[in-house]
Amino acid sequence: MRKLALEDEILLNIEKPARYIGGELNAVMKKQEETDIHFAICFPDVYEVGMSHLGIQILYDMFNKRSDVWCERVYSPWTDLDKIMREREIPLFSLESQTPVREFDFLGITIQFEMCYTNILQVLDLSKIPLHAKERQDKDPIVIGGGPCTYNPEPLAEFFDLFYIGEGETVYDTLFDVYKQCRREGRTRTEFLERAARIEGIYVPQFYEAEYNEDGTLAAFYPTNPHAPSVVKKQIVMDVTHAPYPEAPVVPFIKAVQDRVVLEIQRGCIRGCRFCQAGMLYRPTRERDVEHLKQLAKKMLKNTGHEEISLSSLSSSDYSKLKELVSFLIDEFHEKGINISLPSLRIDAFSLDVMKKVQDIRKSSLTFAPEAGSQRMRNVINKGLTEEMILEGAGQAFEGGWTKVKLYFMLGLPTETEDDMKEIARLSDKVARRYYEIPKEQRHGKCQITASSSFFVPKPFTPFQWAPMLTSSEYMHRAAVVNQEFKEQLNRKSLKYNWHDAQVTVLEGVMARGDRKIGRVIEEAYRLGCLYDSWTESFHNELWMQAFENTGTDIAFYTLRERDEKERFPWEFIDIGVTRGFLRKEWERAMKGEITLNCKEKCSGCGAASFGGGVCFESKN
Amino acid sequence: MKARIKFRKYGAMRFIGHLDVMRFFQKVMRRAEIPIAFTGGFSPHMIMSFANPLGIGLSSDGEYFDIELKEPIESKEAVRRMNEACVEGIEVISFKKIADEKKMTGMTILAAADYLTSVAAGQLPADWTKQLTSFYSQPEIWILKQTKRSEREVNIRPLIYRLEPQEDKIYMQVAAGSKENVKPGLVMEAFLNFLKLSPKEFKFFHHRMEMYADTGDEKEKKLVALEALGKDITQTYA
Repeated sequence: MRKLALEDEILLNIEKPARYIGGELNAVMKKQEETDIHFAICFPDVYEVGMSHLGIQILYDMFNKRSDVWCERVYSPWTDLDKIMREREIPLFSLESQTPVREFDFLGITIQFEMCYTNILQVLDLSKIPLHAKERQDKDPIVIGGGPCTYNPEPLAEFFDLFYIGEGETVYDTLFDVYKQCRREGRTRTEFLERAARIEGIYVPQFYEAEYNEDGTLAAFYPTNPHAPSVVKKQIVMDVTHAPYPEAPVVPFIKAVQDRVVLEIQRGCIRGCRFCQAGMLYRPTRERDVEHLKQLAKKMLKNTGHEEISLSSLSSSDYSKLKELVSFLIDEFHEKGINISLPSLRIDAFSLDVMKKVQDIRKSSLTFAPEAGSQRMRNVINKGLTEEMILEGAGQAFEGGWTKVKLYFMLGLPTETEDDMKEIARLSDKVARRYYEIPKEQRHGKCQITASSSFFVPKPFTPFQWAPMLTSSEYMHRAAVVNQEFKEQLNRKSLKYNWHDAQVTVLEGVMARGDRKIGRVIEEAYRLGCLYDSWTESFHNELWMQAFENTGTDIAFYTLRERDEKERFPWEFIDIGVTRGFLRKEWERAMKGEITLNCKEKCSGCGAASFGGGVCFESKN
Repeated sequence: MKARIKFRKYGAMRFIGHLDVMRFFQKVMRRAEIPIAFTGGFSPHMIMSFANPLGIGLSSDGEYFDIELKEPIESKEAVRRMNEACVEGIEVISFKKIADEKKMTGMTILAAADYLTSVAAGQLPADWTKQLTSFYSQPEIWILKQTKRSEREVNIRPLIYRLEPQEDKIYMQVAAGSKENVKPGLVMEAFLNFLKLSPKEFKFFHHRMEMYADTGDEKEKKLVALEALGKDITQTYA
């Protein structure tokens, strides 16, 4: 029987002890002495969030398929256990073998959102691994980062030995082989890092130096070690159908955020919304074969016993075999009591028909993401959704019996005017009006339109990477303008408006486009006690403000500036395939309110075709 | 057809709460392809009811739940398939057909449970076995029972059916179920009060051994293990 790292007395006195005991169905146990590489894979947030992440499940499965690797999971201890671990000096441990993380060969951390950065330091600190890569010894694990935030790894540069830029399925095998070879040859940590730096897609931050201009902008960025390349190229899988996929993912005992089988149907998105980082990073769009997906669905449901299956992609409606796949899932599984959930679907006759079959109409709500209230603004962001389309979709839904609609918007977009803001309320009202056009005897009482807005954060490698942000008080002012306009609408009693917090937005903005200098702010915030910053109950803006002050860092430099056309960005040593020229052209088109057609309609020459595949490339050849 | 499943819970699984154990078994049913029946309606759920939740931290050799079957399945085959679909810390012991009446479900007929309680060595006074006998021979045992809503003095003596030392552990048989229920921790708290010791300084480990139905009459109890009320399913007709 496995021995747990925590005593009964601790487990009985913390929230959800199941977070820390491992032993779930499909968790992989091996004999450590029979493997060569011990890899701890970490999502730096609480178990229920971390366990819901598909990327980790893919890598966990892929690593453990190698007989020479044992990969185990690690998550952030919740604040209650965090306190106990510090008081009693209990080192952070893995779930499967309950072994201290510092005894592993690798600690791989997935970095999915900016507000987890203090949790990364928590994981290192509780593991008793030196926070700075340069202070680590040969015995310490190699700390490697991956995930979307590594497309601007600079704020975290000091804390990581390596960053893996791109999709994990590609060069890990090479990296492991190099590691084993270095160990056989008795190489030092630095020698291993030098060899790793020569693998495409691997970035070793300590082998690079940044120089700054007097105004604080980046002057130069260059390798200081002959093994390190000056450009790091993003790695992607071209044959997504045959890429590794977990047929038997781990099934948590406690309810995770994603408590279902997740079937990733494609990668990338053809749409080209100008605010969307994923839409640029994961180009070109690559679809999985539908027959393969059907087999995967069967196996995964059988191996997990889950009662729900969900399709995952950035825009499911653009998957070419969607109808075939969804019909199969309904025919095969719906009778067996399996729920089918279809997020990110465009609302049309087909999707409404499917939803009628798999959902209780009275309880479920429909979601639209117009992202902006006015057509002008939607053209600026290149969101190819018109008012007619929204009203048409909502109308069909209302006639089909739905009464609840959710609308998602962004505030603080580039060029936004007061009229654009107010249009959010007006559009929501138009949706409600469409409902009340239905004769009274055919309606089911009142409708419920819930509009939510978040504040826009410009991200690296998007056409909006040059855009200025606003101050947190200006954001709140804009939300107030929208809120006021909602109160003036005809159907105000059927409308509800929610908006996000602006303080987190500003911080997210600093992290997203930050440079190496931001590392000290993160470290200072962590020392002051910041942790779980993405959780409202544990977010302390005043501590963050203190950290900026203590380090003499100017927030406005990172957020309020419109970046010059010629400015060199900290993340531009990475080549994602999509060119700077294309992004700039898109920025200029945005300023003129001109839309750009999607990748299936017309190739706009973004540069991603250089990978020699994907839907855009295939249609041309 | 109704079936009763008996299982063990031990090791790390002791930290999985009751609701999550239910969720766990729902998934086991699917993985093992047990022909369990569902309720009707838009969100059908499995017909499954647990006899009595086990507290977090406790282990057990005698946990039960009843299910409704769409079609029969051989007991041996069902136990084998379920164990294949389980994890370390949960082991299915038996799968038996029970009477169809609603009032026969484990939850309704549960009357008593056995526990074995261990105390860290050397914590109790040397003559604790003698003391336990005097404690149990009291006509009344009053203790402050705290619930979420209230706290009140109750006499738990009538709810303790047996209490005796078993080597270095304490064995007890106590009332369990929806009518009357006493937890082993409460009995131990009363015993420590009797010894004039502070319960807060003690660490106990409780292990549930078995759960019983009462098939006797008002005059005399006749406890029968829940499992014994079922029969093995040996033949199935597809």
